[in-house]
Amino acid sequence: MAATAIRFENVTLGYGRHPAVHHLAGEIAPGSLTAIVGPNGAGKSTLLKGVVGALKPLQGRITLSTGARTRIAYLPQASELDRAFPISIYDLVAMGLWGSRGLFGGIGRADRPRIEAAIAAVGLSGFESRAIGTLSGGQMQRALFARLLLQDAPLILLDEPFTAIDAKTTADLLGLVRRWHDEDRTVVTVLHDIEMVRGTFPRTMLIARELVAHGETDVVLRPENLLEARRMVEAANDRAPICAQA
Amino acid sequence: MIYEALLAPFVEFEFMRRALVGALALALAAGPIGVFLMLRRMSLTGDAMAHAILPGAAIGFLVSGLWLPALTLGGFVAGVAVALASGLVTRLTRLGEDASLAAFYLVSLALGVTIVSMRGSNVDLMHVLFGTVLALDDGALLLIGAIATVTLGALALMYRPLVLECVDPVFLGSVSRAGGVVHLAFLVLVVANLVGGFQALGTLLAVGLMMLPAASARFWARDVTGMIAVATAVGMASGAVGLLLSYHWELPAGPAIILVAGGAYLVSLLVGPERGLLRLAFPGRHLEA
Ligand SMILES: Nc1ncnc2c1ncn2[C@@H]1O[C@H](COP(=O)(O)OP(=O)(O)OP(=O)(O)O)[C@@H](O)[C@H]1O
Ligand SMILES: [Mg+2]
Repeated sequence: MAATAIRFENVTLGYGRHPAVHHLAGEIAPGSLTAIVGPNGAGKSTLLKGVVGALKPLQGRITLSTGARTRIAYLPQASELDRAFPISIYDLVAMGLWGSRGLFGGIGRADRPRIEAAIAAVGLSGFESRAIGTLSGGQMQRALFARLLLQDAPLILLDEPFTAIDAKTTADLLGLVRRWHDEDRTVVTVLHDIEMVRGTFPRTMLIARELVAHGETDVVLRPENLLEARRMVEAANDRAPICAQA
Repeated sequence: MIYEALLAPFVEFEFMRRALVGALALALAAGPIGVFLMLRRMSLTGDAMAHAILPGAAIGFLVSGLWLPALTLGGFVAGVAVALASGLVTRLTRLGEDASLAAFYLVSLALGVTIVSMRGSNVDLMHVLFGTVLALDDGALLLIGAIATVTLGALALMYRPLVLECVDPVFLGSVSRAGGVVHLAFLVLVVANLVGGFQALGTLLAVGLMMLPAASARFWARDVTGMIAVATAVGMASGAVGLLLSYHWELPAGPAIILVAGGAYLVSLLVGPERGLLRLAFPGRHLEA
């Protein structure tokens, strides 16, 4: 396997002409478990959108060693899922197989055990035939994790996956994250819970539009770094001068 | 007695048989198309598209009179053009799809009516708007049959990405690039079915055979497959019953079909087990867990 899973080369990502992630450079090693930390509006979600290819860099390059984008399992912060659509938990989770099977390949009875195992792994057994619109917020998050399980991707990106999730569910889902790490997958997770980052994530990337620090979690999360991150000016400025490096 | 009422019209008159075949074929494809339109919250898009077809058909009419291939081609081109244009405007600017579609179809409709009235009579305009289900010739039947066949085949092929594009477009975007293509292909199918339908039912009623059965199905079935089955059945039954009513009571056939479908919708709304009004009013006593 290549020595990097994701390489950021002078990456600037943004909306219109305003950068949300500014001249970021760094590498994320394959099989690593990395937390992305930073204040609201720091550009964490934007960075993940750049990695999945939903947002084109204004400048610089993001390269993936996994090659195809379809080998990424991505859980967005605010899922744009249509909860009113009449589809069952089972079918929602089964979508996880679509990436590897192709959109037109068959998913049939032979896949049933795998799908059911994924549903059981997130503790949703018995919910298979319920419509997605009838799930609570935490149950929905579990179902989305089951779908991630089935995607069986070498690179997994999670954007604040535990927001508004109770302690037990968080512990269960965090167990899945550890399991992915043990299976040598590369996992990148956006988090606000610093204690959780210290406890579970060996590596951290601290950003506040610019990269503040990146490396071993204990080093990155020192008070002076956190303080610097907090100093970021959040609002975009229409009269800001053109960036000298652009 | 039953024979007289239900079968005789079709056995004795060829135009009734043709109308029946045409209506059944239309309903077959319009069912699933309508269900997807409804689930994508695009019910009114179908309506807008139906209007958008008009100027194309009108130009075809101007060039050739009531000659089927010209009307069809004109309508198809105009429908796809409006779909593409409003899709593009939505993508590039801040105008939502509903607003841009409304803008295009209003212009289309005005243009179409103007063109038809420049040359033809009001009778011609009525033909284009309300169809002539009792005068389907071989060409029209073949066209409707072909469109239904292609539609069902294409829907079967893209069923999964189509569902995914409705439920979770971001996820579809993360596993494949098919999203845009599928959306476009679906719009083309909608236009094709409206064009097929307007021979029989006219531009205004064709969309009724799409949306009314789909809206009815929502009250009977819980999942997509079930809804498609119910919608198709309701559409086909409306076609047959509507034709019989028009025969026995001398009603205009196209509107009769749509009125029956409308009746089916009202009944579904009342007694349908999936949150129909009666079910909402009398939910039964609550359970332990
Ligand atoms: N679609 C958008 N259009 C314009 N600006 C945007 C858009 N999305 C985000 N931004 C801006 O980009 C900046 C970074 O946003 P981003 O969502 O990446 O923040 P974040 O680090 O994920 O914050 P949070 O912790 O609140 O989720 C913010 O200033 C935000 O206002
Ligand atoms: Mg975010």
